[in-house]
Amino acid sequence: MSDHITEIVVFTILFLLVSGMGFVAARWRAPKDMGHLDEWGLGGRNFGGWITWFLVGGDLYTAYTFVAVPALIFGAGAAGFFAVPYTIIIYPMFFLILIRLWSVSHRHGFVTPADFVRTRFDSPTLALLVAITGIVATMPYIALQLVGIEAVLKTMGVTGDSLLARHAPIIIAFAILAAYTYQSGLRAPALIAFVKDTLIYIVILVAVIYLPTKLGGWGSIFDAAEAKFEASPSATDGITLNMNNQVQYVTLALGSALALFLYPHSITGVLASKNRNVIKRNMSALPAYSFLLGLLALLGYAAIASGVKPLPGATQGTVDSNTVVPLLFDMQFPAWFAGVAFAAIGIGALVPAAIMSIAAANLFTRNIYKEYLRKDASHADEARVSKITSLVVKVGAVACIVFLDPQFSIDLQLIGGVIILQTAPAVALGLFTRWLHRGALIAGWVVGMGLSMWMLWQIPNPATKRAHFGGSAFPLSEFGFDTKRTIYVGFVTVIVNLLIAVIVTLILRATKTPAGVDGTTQDDYFADEGDPRIDRDLTAVETPSST
Amino acid sequence: MAEPETKRSDRSPWNWLLLIPIVVPVLTFVYNRDEPRLFGFPAFYWIQFLFILVGVGTTTLVYQMSKRGRRP
Repeated sequence: MSDHITEIVVFTILFLLVSGMGFVAARWRAPKDMGHLDEWGLGGRNFGGWITWFLVGGDLYTAYTFVAVPALIFGAGAAGFFAVPYTIIIYPMFFLILIRLWSVSHRHGFVTPADFVRTRFDSPTLALLVAITGIVATMPYIALQLVGIEAVLKTMGVTGDSLLARHAPIIIAFAILAAYTYQSGLRAPALIAFVKDTLIYIVILVAVIYLPTKLGGWGSIFDAAEAKFEASPSATDGITLNMNNQVQYVTLALGSALALFLYPHSITGVLASKNRNVIKRNMSALPAYSFLLGLLALLGYAAIASGVKPLPGATQGTVDSNTVVPLLFDMQFPAWFAGVAFAAIGIGALVPAAIMSIAAANLFTRNIYKEYLRKDASHADEARVSKITSLVVKVGAVACIVFLDPQFSIDLQLIGGVIILQTAPAVALGLFTRWLHRGALIAGWVVGMGLSMWMLWQIPNPATKRAHFGGSAFPLSEFGFDTKRTIYVGFVTVIVNLLIAVIVTLILRATKTPAGVDGTTQDDYFADEGDPRIDRDLTAVETPSST
Repeated sequence: MAEPETKRSDRSPWNWLLLIPIVVPVLTFVYNRDEPRLFGFPAFYWIQFLFILVGVGTTTLVYQMSKRGRRP
């Protein structure tokens, strides 16, 4: 531990600085009255271009992405680069689809995607399914942010033998995070994102310029990687794709892009912005992060070239490949700069973790608490319940990391990406058409979920010697095709989900089953800043909440 | 609902351009090769970095054009 002292000091100072900002954020752009979910949970719905850029960028490109993507490149090569097409595809999709969700939410005061589904399809049950899917998919994602911090701490030698000693720093870090998220809501990650992203940009730019000079240029870095993959027995690695993983590469990129904007935390980030133009302009500015992610991914190759050996994993005989990038920084950078880099990753975990816990808390409050437990909850009640739920969510995430093998969280996150896709027909298509029947959407969700679980269960992972939930690449031979090609599970299951929804819709229409009343109008999908709010709660009470 | 229908829409022929950054990154045969290298980067990598610029260019163009088109 002693030879890492400089790193630890720099890391701790930056971490504490940011924590201070988290608490101060409560007063940043603050209204007189915080007793409304729009304030705590969406930062007042008033963020402009710059704040949105930092917030959504800090939200979508998580610490886990920053350690796991290079780790994937380190292990498998080109297949791990899917993160780049994935984050290219997402922005035109946001531009076309999510903008409508912003408008209709602005008009009706929706805070969650499930709020929208409830009003659009007149179905609390469908909304409940969307909310539960969102919460279940988000929980392990929060836990994974801790995996990111843990990779850094491990590299700095901050680790112990007992369960408590090993996890004490993470528990402390998350307790601080929980406290200022409780206090400041979405304003905390919005303010911290400025520091986090600035640090990340500096670190990556330095890394991609400085490291090649030490390792003989990018050409030789790629050659070193190629030599490693040629020597390995695996048939799926290499610095370009092969015949068997191209379909997987493409479907994973498409599926992940679709999944990302269905995740509650991305929707929370987008709904917090001020108007449609802020979002549209950001679709041109956010790809700067994709560039960063691509460069960062290539550090996986730099790690191969500089001979990084990943630290041992939680169980005997395994390696923790997430430590690859922190180890590379530790080896190649002067200690103080490695400390800055580690802080960037560590703080990078806090921003998405805060937004995710807020998003999950909003889902619980709006679509479970208010819908089923206390229908007459006031705005102040909602804000209070959400704050408390965000604490519960974080305790759950810490418990996942402390008591379960981190691999379990990674598996769950993998499942999370696939299951969140099952809400696409209701949330994404629902923004364009109400043709699909609410009952059919429920049926599609059930079948899609079931099929997803079965397919993921079938996938072994030879590297970690596990028989089930070993990845998201499903061998097409399981369907009876004579091929070694693989495909992304979520891609298959969302298509099946949609197919079922279409068939059941036709049946329900033929039998004249009531489809409920659409609470939105065509014009709502184009509403912009300044348009009046249709708020059923407010008109019922008539006075703005004054508690 | 008894509100005046203002008939707003975000329809624009320019929106079709947004298909480019969705479809192009999916065509692996375009970029799945090592040569030619650029600054040491195999084609697989620098071409996909180039696609990021294609994406930025498209969303910017569509935003500017549809904004202009809507103002009478």
